[in-house]
Amino acid sequence: MLKDQDRIFTNLYGIHDWKLAGAKKRGVWDNTKALIEQGQDAIIDGMKESGLRGRGGAGFPTGLKWSFMPKQSDGRPSYLVVNADESEPGTCKDREIMRFDPHRLLEGCLVAGFAMRAIAAYIYIRGEFVQEAINLEIAIQEAYADGLIGKNAANSGYDFDIYLHRGAGAYICGEETALIESLEGNKGQPRLKPPFPANVGVWGCPSTVNNVESIAVAPEILRRGKGWFSGLGRPNNTGTKLFCVSGHVNKPCNVEEEMGIPLKELIEKHAGGVRGGWDNLLAIIPGGSSVPLLPKSICDDVLMDFDSLRDVQSGLGTAAVIVMDKSTDVIRAIERLSHFYKHESCGQCTPCREGTGWMWRVMQRLVSGEAEIAEIDMLINVSKRIEGHTICALGDAAAWPIQGLVRHFRPVIEERIKSRKAVKAA
Amino acid sequence: MPTLTVDGVEVTVDPGTTVLQACEEAGAEIPRFCYHERLSIAGNCRMCLVEMEKSPKLIASCAMPAGDGMVIHTNSQKVKEGREGAMEFLLINHPLDCPICDQGGECDLQDQSMAYGSGTSRYHELKRSVAEKNMGPLIKTTMTRCIHCTRCVRFATEVAGVEDLGAINRGENMEIATYLEQALDSELSGNIIDLCPVGALTSKPYAFTARPWELTKTESIDALDAVGANIRVDSRGQEVMRILPRLHEDVNEEWLSDRSRFSYDGLKAQRLDTPYLRKDGKLQAVGWNEAFDAIAAKLDGLDGGKIGAIAGDIACAESMKALKDLMDLLNSPNIDCRQDGAALTTETRSGYLFNSTIAGIEEADALLIVGSNPRHEAALINARIRKRWKMGNFPIALIGEQMDLGYGHEYLGAGPATLAEVAAGKHSFAKILKKAKRPMIIAGQGALNRADSAAVLALTKKIADDFGLLSDDWNGFNILHTAAARVAGLDLGLVPGEGGKAVKEMLDGSLDVLFLLGADEIDTSRLETSFVIYQGSHGDAGASVADVILPGAAYTEKDAIWVNTEGRPQLGRRAIFPPGEAREDWTILRALSEKIGKTLPYNTILELRAKMVETAPHFADIDVVTPAPWGAFGAEGAIEESAFVNPITDYYLTNPISRSSRIMAECSTTFSKVKREGTGTNG
Repeated sequence: MLKDQDRIFTNLYGIHDWKLAGAKKRGVWDNTKALIEQGQDAIIDGMKESGLRGRGGAGFPTGLKWSFMPKQSDGRPSYLVVNADESEPGTCKDREIMRFDPHRLLEGCLVAGFAMRAIAAYIYIRGEFVQEAINLEIAIQEAYADGLIGKNAANSGYDFDIYLHRGAGAYICGEETALIESLEGNKGQPRLKPPFPANVGVWGCPSTVNNVESIAVAPEILRRGKGWFSGLGRPNNTGTKLFCVSGHVNKPCNVEEEMGIPLKELIEKHAGGVRGGWDNLLAIIPGGSSVPLLPKSICDDVLMDFDSLRDVQSGLGTAAVIVMDKSTDVIRAIERLSHFYKHESCGQCTPCREGTGWMWRVMQRLVSGEAEIAEIDMLINVSKRIEGHTICALGDAAAWPIQGLVRHFRPVIEERIKSRKAVKAA
Repeated sequence: MPTLTVDGVEVTVDPGTTVLQACEEAGAEIPRFCYHERLSIAGNCRMCLVEMEKSPKLIASCAMPAGDGMVIHTNSQKVKEGREGAMEFLLINHPLDCPICDQGGECDLQDQSMAYGSGTSRYHELKRSVAEKNMGPLIKTTMTRCIHCTRCVRFATEVAGVEDLGAINRGENMEIATYLEQALDSELSGNIIDLCPVGALTSKPYAFTARPWELTKTESIDALDAVGANIRVDSRGQEVMRILPRLHEDVNEEWLSDRSRFSYDGLKAQRLDTPYLRKDGKLQAVGWNEAFDAIAAKLDGLDGGKIGAIAGDIACAESMKALKDLMDLLNSPNIDCRQDGAALTTETRSGYLFNSTIAGIEEADALLIVGSNPRHEAALINARIRKRWKMGNFPIALIGEQMDLGYGHEYLGAGPATLAEVAAGKHSFAKILKKAKRPMIIAGQGALNRADSAAVLALTKKIADDFGLLSDDWNGFNILHTAAARVAGLDLGLVPGEGGKAVKEMLDGSLDVLFLLGADEIDTSRLETSFVIYQGSHGDAGASVADVILPGAAYTEKDAIWVNTEGRPQLGRRAIFPPGEAREDWTILRALSEKIGKTLPYNTILELRAKMVETAPHFADIDVVTPAPWGAFGAEGAIEESAFVNPITDYYLTNPISRSSRIMAECSTTFSKVKREGTGTNG
């Protein structure tokens, strides 16, 4: 279990003052100037050394991402874009950061923005996050008033602005290029890559899009120095991470824990255990709605980090743990997710636009059993024709939960079809 | 120069080429729906997926830049399955209503599903249906068929410059719509019909009239403006069913303006299909001989000075040559092809041409428009200007009527005074012109049909001379014509000879005999005392005052040479025969000449064309723009205060054919800003 002194988010539960004075007491904005004086290369090297992998779901090494930004401007300014469009079902970590620790994010913006030579950060916040946007806006005003951002930010000699932009509530705008489109005022639809945002991002300028958590942890990592963050967790899966545990547990919670904590320990220690005891567990979605679920047999001993979960054909995603006990109709649960992806598909590219609706309709029939056994394989085939054939990862995200369901619960689906047939025959 | 391997074939391509283009260069066919050479890349149909070695996923070849050392496979099992998948997804919600779809037979979806689809459907759910959208009188929508390739949206925003089209809603509910349910207000809207790969956007006027395989396709030239767009006339029997654009990179690329595309129903209405003779104050149908006899009797012994001839805006070069020769034989100096009274003269050819050429616009780096609305006068040239403007660093200024051109421009002023200021170098835009390497000026008919036009022309020439519009490989002086006949008319010398009368004087009733060759855009109110012979295809202004009507052929009904505003002679071909007794125009003049004893010296169109080449050698070089040497034109003089007035008030009704067209009338009602007086029963 993570020691208290290793926690980054010390106001995760909002019991302390979230405003500037309180944040400073917790060590935020503590000598930010010194961090910046290390210079851009040292910051990026420090981030690479820490082993921090992006907290938005894909787990791309953050330091490496920052290093893609141009070191010499060709006349265009660079921008940092913070992805605060947290909409992955089950995920509620960025929300708590923005509500209760907004200054950590702002300090991160300055440090990260400086490291990638950006002139400003745009925080794109999900439209439904009203209180969070208000808090963040207050924090920004406080930071400006205190000279922490703006001209000569935090006395570092670096000029840096932070803008808050509210989205309109589309899941797809959490995809980095769709977010950029939306930020520019266009319909939120992912762009084709290449060019990547580091080349052509927001308003055609080099940009880096990072998750709130990735940015918020950066100053603390640098402040605590070499070896601390990388010393936590397992190799290639280092540091601490916010886990969001929801569903059929006794005490749903957000908790900062060490990477690689066993899933069972996470649930038993922090979430009060599965409703009705561990043996009442049916399945867990370990990383937000996009990743395939895991049956109890795997949950028993799987570790919560990128590589371990990948090895069991799932993923850490946003570390949103959705627990389902034996009272769950797992087909119906996945059908609901299927509907979500159908609803949130942007409609731009063919496989996702047409395929998500198709899969959802078949899933609906699997729930009632109104289907043929052969349709299970057809469904998997359709999901494979979506996965990897789309512009962005939403197609993949729509396919994986269904693939996970069939992989682990095929007998349940078949049983339902058979019993429905039996009822009809009788 | 990246070199890549496509299906084992090594191919070297220019930097910036996409993988799809490289594959085509290597001879591999890549299916596609959303990709179009002239539009931005959308990458959304996912039909062009190919396999790239070292890439775990299939890549969208249309969007991937070709890189050195790439190894591409376009026929692997993985690619085949990818295409089959995309095809299946496109078809699940597409109604299989091909038998009642106008796109049938020329449908990309139909063709590609035959080639790449799986043959059977696994989709057993309900199909999506989408409400139709109102896109005006030209475009019929069946939005259920839409595959969301967004070609139409990209065309409207990028090429046409109107942001009326877009996608609304999300996911499978996404729809292509005009946001406000209004007609697409563009002169180029018809092109989205061609661009639509399925039957979602089809031609409203053409709806359910023919199948593509029934049509005879004739490659010809458009004559309804001076651009000389290359067209394909699709006819069935003796009826033109539709007109489509044909590729010509230097003229119209692959676009066509709405008036040129949709005026074809005017070819069937108001036609003069038999000769008429005015007897007892009434026009009565007569035979050719009787009509000719009446003319011969009138001309017999008449002094040439009492005879005049005006050639109209859609007269072909052959008929104008025959008319000119006939007038010469009749010893008449009274001939004019400048219906609008433009102050253009024939001594310097570069003085009345669009010298920069249409494709040359893309090389220009500054533009001054004088007395013109290119959007209405030459919509395709306007599209070219917009294309250049979109590339950036192209300052555009306008002197004349203020209007929305579809691209950003600086408005300098309304009349010749501003032009004089620029010419004197006193205006800020003068500096821009001076600094530019390839500046151009476009003078429209709005600047040339005035009393002080010779002076205005001299000012534009002064700008050309003083501001570096002319260099060894660049001529930035341009006249934008509105009439398909004009340049050929000037080339062939259809201007008043020594002591001859110009259009205005010929119309004051002082002539005994006036020959109108398709001239309708004239003031006919004082012609009562003249014996008017009207030769043309449509019963319009000219025919109504005529004493004799000789029925001629419309531009789709004759082989003819058209010289566009650039001075490019192009060959139009006959798609159908003229109706009834009507004949090809030059043969009418040839027959008449024999009747009056002044036989024209040619018996075939080739002999006639040989004579044209004698007069103007460039007529021999079809589809070639012969650069015209710079020389003197215009005359310095006083300029007037009054503002330039554009010649076209209603884009859809500029010529007799369009005025006879129901479709154009409907467009005019829908789009035209001109207020018409109602009759009380007009709704």
